[in-house]
Amino acid sequence: MFQWFGKVNFTPFTKVTEFAQHLKDGRLMGSKCTKCGATSFPPRADCGECMSGDFEYMEYSGRGTLQTYTRIDAAPTGFDDVVPYTLGVVDLEEGGRLLAWMGETIGADEIAMDMELQVVPRIFDESEEIKVYYSIEKPGTTWHKGDSAR
Amino acid sequence: MTRVGVIGIGHGLFGRRSDATVQELAFEAFRDALADAKIERDVIDASVIGSVPEYHKQRSLPGVVQEYLGLNPKPTWLTEVACSSGSAAMRTAWMSIKAGVHKVVAVIGAQKMTELTTPEILALMGRVGEVQWESGFGTTFPAYYAMFAQRHMHEFGTTHEQMLGCAIKNHYYGARNQNALFQKEITLEKALASDDVSTPLKVYDCCANADGAACVILASEDRVKELAQKPVWLDGIGCATASMSVLRRPHLVGLPSATDAAGEAYEMAGVTAKDIKVAEVHDCFTIAELMAYEDLGFCEKGEGGAYIGDKAPYIGGGGVAVNVDGGLKAKGHPIGSTGVSQAVEIIKQLRGDCGERQVPDADVGLTHNVGGIGQYCFVHVYRRD
Repeated sequence: MFQWFGKVNFTPFTKVTEFAQHLKDGRLMGSKCTKCGATSFPPRADCGECMSGDFEYMEYSGRGTLQTYTRIDAAPTGFDDVVPYTLGVVDLEEGGRLLAWMGETIGADEIAMDMELQVVPRIFDESEEIKVYYSIEKPGTTWHKGDSAR
Repeated sequence: MTRVGVIGIGHGLFGRRSDATVQELAFEAFRDALADAKIERDVIDASVIGSVPEYHKQRSLPGVVQEYLGLNPKPTWLTEVACSSGSAAMRTAWMSIKAGVHKVVAVIGAQKMTELTTPEILALMGRVGEVQWESGFGTTFPAYYAMFAQRHMHEFGTTHEQMLGCAIKNHYYGARNQNALFQKEITLEKALASDDVSTPLKVYDCCANADGAACVILASEDRVKELAQKPVWLDGIGCATASMSVLRRPHLVGLPSATDAAGEAYEMAGVTAKDIKVAEVHDCFTIAELMAYEDLGFCEKGEGGAYIGDKAPYIGGGGVAVNVDGGLKAKGHPIGSTGVSQAVEIIKQLRGDCGERQVPDADVGLTHNVGGIGQYCFVHVYRRD
């Protein structure tokens, strides 16, 4: 199901494929090595520390701060219908980083380096097929969790 | 082990070369290098091709280049590490000579990019980021460097005007390089008025895609002493990597691979940053050159803005003369050729053959060639006799 992740998906097959199902259900999941306990976001099936292949998903709060951002005016193929869009890199509270679009709750003039943020799981409404992603929003932004009926 | 040096250099015109195939571009640079070395083709033991194959319709480029250059049945192979493919070719040629497998190796950077459209190139280049977690959000190559720039400005107070200072310098020297794509100077006003690409980067912060080729013929010590009029030696080679994903970097205000590669190259050559008189650094974007000053030790981390602001990297500016052939910015960036093109310029500088762009007393120089967003970096230190 990892082909659900991203407006354009380049990697439909991965050992962390359930990440996309969790995201569809409103949960942002990283990975935790069941052998040494190392955590990772983005999740990885094979531990970067002890090289174990045993892992479990660990829910992340989505809270974090803005490491950096940019507004893209010249878009690559597949993104011309959403240009201009702003990408942010978030340092997550539990460790690790994430790259995503800045969402509608944050105005262009409100973006500030190191600001506090909330990453929110999303489903692409415009798309006929299932497409999931996450966006960067103001702290306190809420969303529906649980089995998605979409 | 033998020392490795240079016996010939060649450089074709960079730009939108709708007049030539990629092997025809390679031929221009190779023929120049043979003429410079005053040798015939039969002296060449092998060729190494630096190129990024995704841009070409022709699959397996070394085969068609080797045939067109008339080098069959001598061996050839391709090196690919994104925009540093040319320096990887230099490295493997150097290794093959050091190992005693070959004595004379032609290193050819050859690239034709403009058969693709700009959005296609943006999509292709954006995927030099990590495609599983990043590309699905429409990342582009400029976007990554823009995010480095944003962080650098935030942490150190670097200004966009300082960044554009790198572009202004490089166009100043590009106007004096007959192989450059843009042979004209630019002003700060014009640069600031150019369109946004990925904030804060504007069009004039970005180098241009181009076609073109360059060639360096490397040889063992005995062959260099026999054949070279003004020997230049490749005495230090450093290469390092950093994470593919921007999400797994220790910081976003420099390229760790550049610092690591420079340290290795300096140590091998027995020099420090203070010994470098002239450098070719990988200015795919203005912020990339500014961070390179810091990563290579020309100034402290965070002082890159002041370094260009004071015009230190101009010839006679008091620092290391950087990109005085126009850099990627003015010369154009045929990605597989760039590392070899940088080497050609440094070798010319150390030979004292650069005319009005000559750096006085240039005895030690380096190339800094970055692949992708610093996933790979090669630093090569050259020295004249």
